[in-house]
Amino acid sequence: MKVLVTVKRVIDSNVKARVKPDQTGVDLANVKMSMNPFDEIAVEEAVRLKEKGVATDVVVVSIGPAQAQETIRTALAMGADRGILVQSDADPEPLAVAKVLKAVVAEENPNLVLMGKQAIDGDNNATGQMLAALLDWPQATFASKVEIAGAKATVTREVDGGLQTLEVDLPAVITADLRLNEPRYASLPNIMKAKKKEIAVKTAADYGVDTAPRLKVLKVSEPAKRQAGIKVETAADLVMKLKNEAGVL
Amino acid sequence: MAVLVIADHHDGVLRDTTQKTVTAAQKLSGDIDILVAGQNVDAAAQAAAKIGGVRKVLSADSAALGQGLAEAYEALVVGLAGGYDAILTPSTTLGKNFAPRIAAKLDVAQISDVVEVVDANTFVRPIYAGNALETVQSSDAKKVITVRPTVFKAAPDGGSASVEKVDAGAGAAHTRFVSEEMVKSDRPELGAAKIVVSGGRAMGSAEEFQRVIDPLADLLGAAVGASRAAVDAGYAPNDYQVGQTGKVVAPDLYIAIGISGAIQHLAGMKDSKVIVAINKDADAPIFQVADYGLVADYKTAVPELMDALKAAGK
Repeated sequence: MKVLVTVKRVIDSNVKARVKPDQTGVDLANVKMSMNPFDEIAVEEAVRLKEKGVATDVVVVSIGPAQAQETIRTALAMGADRGILVQSDADPEPLAVAKVLKAVVAEENPNLVLMGKQAIDGDNNATGQMLAALLDWPQATFASKVEIAGAKATVTREVDGGLQTLEVDLPAVITADLRLNEPRYASLPNIMKAKKKEIAVKTAADYGVDTAPRLKVLKVSEPAKRQAGIKVETAADLVMKLKNEAGVL
Repeated sequence: MAVLVIADHHDGVLRDTTQKTVTAAQKLSGDIDILVAGQNVDAAAQAAAKIGGVRKVLSADSAALGQGLAEAYEALVVGLAGGYDAILTPSTTLGKNFAPRIAAKLDVAQISDVVEVVDANTFVRPIYAGNALETVQSSDAKKVITVRPTVFKAAPDGGSASVEKVDAGAGAAHTRFVSEEMVKSDRPELGAAKIVVSGGRAMGSAEEFQRVIDPLADLLGAAVGASRAAVDAGYAPNDYQVGQTGKVVAPDLYIAIGISGAIQHLAGMKDSKVIVAINKDADAPIFQVADYGLVADYKTAVPELMDALKAAGK
């Protein structure tokens, strides 16, 4: 079985995003970039499927700037087999990404596409669902457990208030939530091995996909800052203030 | 311009996230229809018909829609989309699951997690876990929008719209519901609670977390939350996690105990009305967003807080 995993190069989750003074976006110059954390979980799941003998071939795809090759390399060091970079200097919207991925799927014919549930930059939580719709495939989003048996996947999903388990026919799109697994750190020998693995570089035009944005970003602003409040001396003081001043008790 | 709001409901009860989405929809148009899709939805459809300013309620009732499968919703809503200029639904796990499928099928962008409707084409939405707000203008003729319900007020009752049955659509061909395991708790749901008590890594163990946080939450009728550090350390289950990678909450009162206030946590709670922080480190970043800070060891502060609450009639 062939698994396609998608990865996005995003701001490192431990770095605070800062809005540019001219409000055109978030300042990413000289900021540490990493693999989107949810994508890392998707890669880990694909590699585990390979280790279990369920998957035979794990292909990593990224759509992004030339530096996204590093992100693909990280996935290869974790255990994926080869990579495809669809190079794009703009940050395409989820619909455009889904269209590119649909074209990659047509070429690669995977049985399963594993993705992160959302990227922590745009926070759209849409690309996986869009890809599934464009392919007319079933989907299982926000996965916390995945079991593959034959041509079916049984997926436990994190939903509001609890868990839901679905069975989907393969091929399908599964998006990873936080609890699915804990991604490994790549070992040094595997990092060395990953350097020899193949990464094909393409463009959206190679796939004949129009990635023109549908949304125009008018501005990116900083949310209203919260003022630091006061320090209270005792718990009793706190309760009095919450009751009489804040009115929340 | 007509707008379709897809209702959020469970077990025949309409969730107030629906009324909140109606409030967002009112900024787009006065012609608002509500779609209530599922199995045995009559009660929820009747509740939707009472929301003020609603034109009509569409009720799609079938077993195929009963489990909220995204593929089944897609088949239904894409069929109805011709009559509407915008389709809105709350960004619950249900809405987040099906809405992008509808957008993709209609070949339009989805505008996710909207916190402000500026005009019929312009919306504000959080990006980077709420560390930035993006104002976007859509050039699509039809719009698919998910709405962050916590920032909108619920539209009040006062209407008596008609309820019209619509065909339920083709259902999901390749997805089957297996089971559901809902957390049974006497506490309110984290995302909807008026008060949230959260514990951090300072608790040191799962036993200590339960010993300290649970009784305080129960005394206040609050939901329990946790920082990612506490969840990663195994002190609290993952679904307690408040933050960028967990739940975004905006209760009236948020009490952070032994939480330092990492960016990732602040992203999930900084829209709370009143924030209280208890931490023995006076320099902890959590104090920069807290309305009331108490610099103290939680081991003494929490019992004192509970005594003070009881003395105040809690």
